[in-house]
Amino acid sequence: MNLRAAGAIYTFEMARTGRTIWQSIVSPALSTSLYFVVFGAAIGSRITEIEGVAYGAFIVPGLIMLTLLTQSTMNASFGIYFPRFTGTIYEILSAPVSAFEIALGYVGAAATKSIVLGLIILATSFLFVPLQIAHPFWMLVFLVLTSVTFSLLGFIIGIWADGFEKLQIIPLLIITPLTFLGGTFYSINVLPPVWQTITLFNPVVYLVSGFRWSFFEISDVSPAISIGMTLLFLSLCLAAVWWIFKTGYKLKN
Amino acid sequence: MQRVADYMPQSMQPIISISNLSKTYASGFRALKGINLDIRRGEIFALLGPNGAGKTTLIGIVCGILKASQGSVTVDGHEIVKDYRAARSLIGLVPQELTTDAFETVWATVTFSRGLFGKPRNPAHIEKVLKELSLWDKKDNRLMTLSGGMKRRVLIAKALSHEPQILFLDEPTAGVDVELRKDMWQVVRDLRSSGVTIILTTHYIEEAEDMADRVGVISKGEIILVENKAELMRKLGKKQLILHLQKKLDALPASLAAHNLSLAAGGSELVFTYDTKAERTGVTAMLSALSSADIGFRDLATTQSSLEDIFVGLVSERS
Repeated sequence: MNLRAAGAIYTFEMARTGRTIWQSIVSPALSTSLYFVVFGAAIGSRITEIEGVAYGAFIVPGLIMLTLLTQSTMNASFGIYFPRFTGTIYEILSAPVSAFEIALGYVGAAATKSIVLGLIILATSFLFVPLQIAHPFWMLVFLVLTSVTFSLLGFIIGIWADGFEKLQIIPLLIITPLTFLGGTFYSINVLPPVWQTITLFNPVVYLVSGFRWSFFEISDVSPAISIGMTLLFLSLCLAAVWWIFKTGYKLKN
Repeated sequence: MQRVADYMPQSMQPIISISNLSKTYASGFRALKGINLDIRRGEIFALLGPNGAGKTTLIGIVCGILKASQGSVTVDGHEIVKDYRAARSLIGLVPQELTTDAFETVWATVTFSRGLFGKPRNPAHIEKVLKELSLWDKKDNRLMTLSGGMKRRVLIAKALSHEPQILFLDEPTAGVDVELRKDMWQVVRDLRSSGVTIILTTHYIEEAEDMADRVGVISKGEIILVENKAELMRKLGKKQLILHLQKKLDALPASLAAHNLSLAAGGSELVFTYDTKAERTGVTAMLSALSSADIGFRDLATTQSSLEDIFVGLVSERS
């Protein structure tokens, strides 16, 4: 296995993060802090507790997920789309690297970025709201699995896209709405029964619910189902990546 | 089935063997039509051909950037699809387009290439490559601040970063000034003397003439000629002496028929074709025959066919 190649891609991508630290780390951390100020401190103080958890604290896992999902997809999709756009992909295609190693480099770097970002937001939230983490291990498991899964999804989008618009369309028009409607700011139990059922088709519900459970031991669906759904989504993304390299889809004519 | 190649010592076997290679793009365009070509170990092979002949497609397939529609390629005995790791790690590719990461530094991008090809870090080697290509003082510059010629050299440095046995240079001197071109060819000569096989495409035919051991001509997706350059030049390297006559001739006088002469420019020029390598060129005999026939001339000129003439001749013959 050519781990040096995966390492080279990883280092390259992390260096790119270093160069764009305002855009990739500071800006998302700042915008999440604004949510805490508005929903946590200002409005949150007037909202009653949800299942014994203060509203400001209740939204923390959801907000971390919101950032994780959008940033993982954006970062990973840019990472692979850019070499395609500029043409530097020729070097990766002509190198003695397997699909797995390429994906490991790009997805690994995007996921690392997201995990760091998630932890920064978590640390920031302690400044604004009283917070407890009931299951730190499972919290990290959800954090890592979600980052990896959505980085894989981003990687797929970056290969599928053939323009900057397509690159943005899925994060903006699909992932953001699904996250907002997936229980980031509320428990889906507050919805009318019909909408509760419909919401269960939203994969983000399982991520947010499982993540929230690791903090407060309250959840919309059982944590086991959450983990199962996360793994299922991860496997689907892995299968898609495998297929892309197998067929050379959009990479090799 | 045993091939003839199996009985040859390794050094005699071609380092790249392309057989029956075809490529049809999704658009239906047939870029390559059953290419058969062997590249010998340690040679400089120049691939010439007009735009759209299939040069870049051919290189793209050998290097793993494009998929072949049919046929096979082996690189030092390794099949390029099945055994891609072994095959590709031997190859360095300098693409035609100047594609670089704008924000990276020279040092970072060259180091990246070495890692990508699975070689352990070796700053001393990178330093050597950058110095040879006169890039050392630019090593901390971002790529976007470099001129076109320097970017070209960065691409060469990237390809050499992992110490390849085979180097593909796709139009390496396009947009590079004369001085730099000389430096670049010195690097190529040094590589060749260290045993690296070099395949280049160029449209500066004088460069192929100057550098190559063998020349291949590709046109419309077919290899129409592969020949030792010296042989090719000798075979087709005719020299012509053109005599601008004082008076037009309607026909060649019978007394001159024995000489290899022909009338041109409506009878105002006589063209004498001869072989410079022959023991007797026949120039003196022809000139004395002219004076006995009382044919005078105002001026004379000689031309020697270059690889370019040969090349243009071959390609136009086909089309």
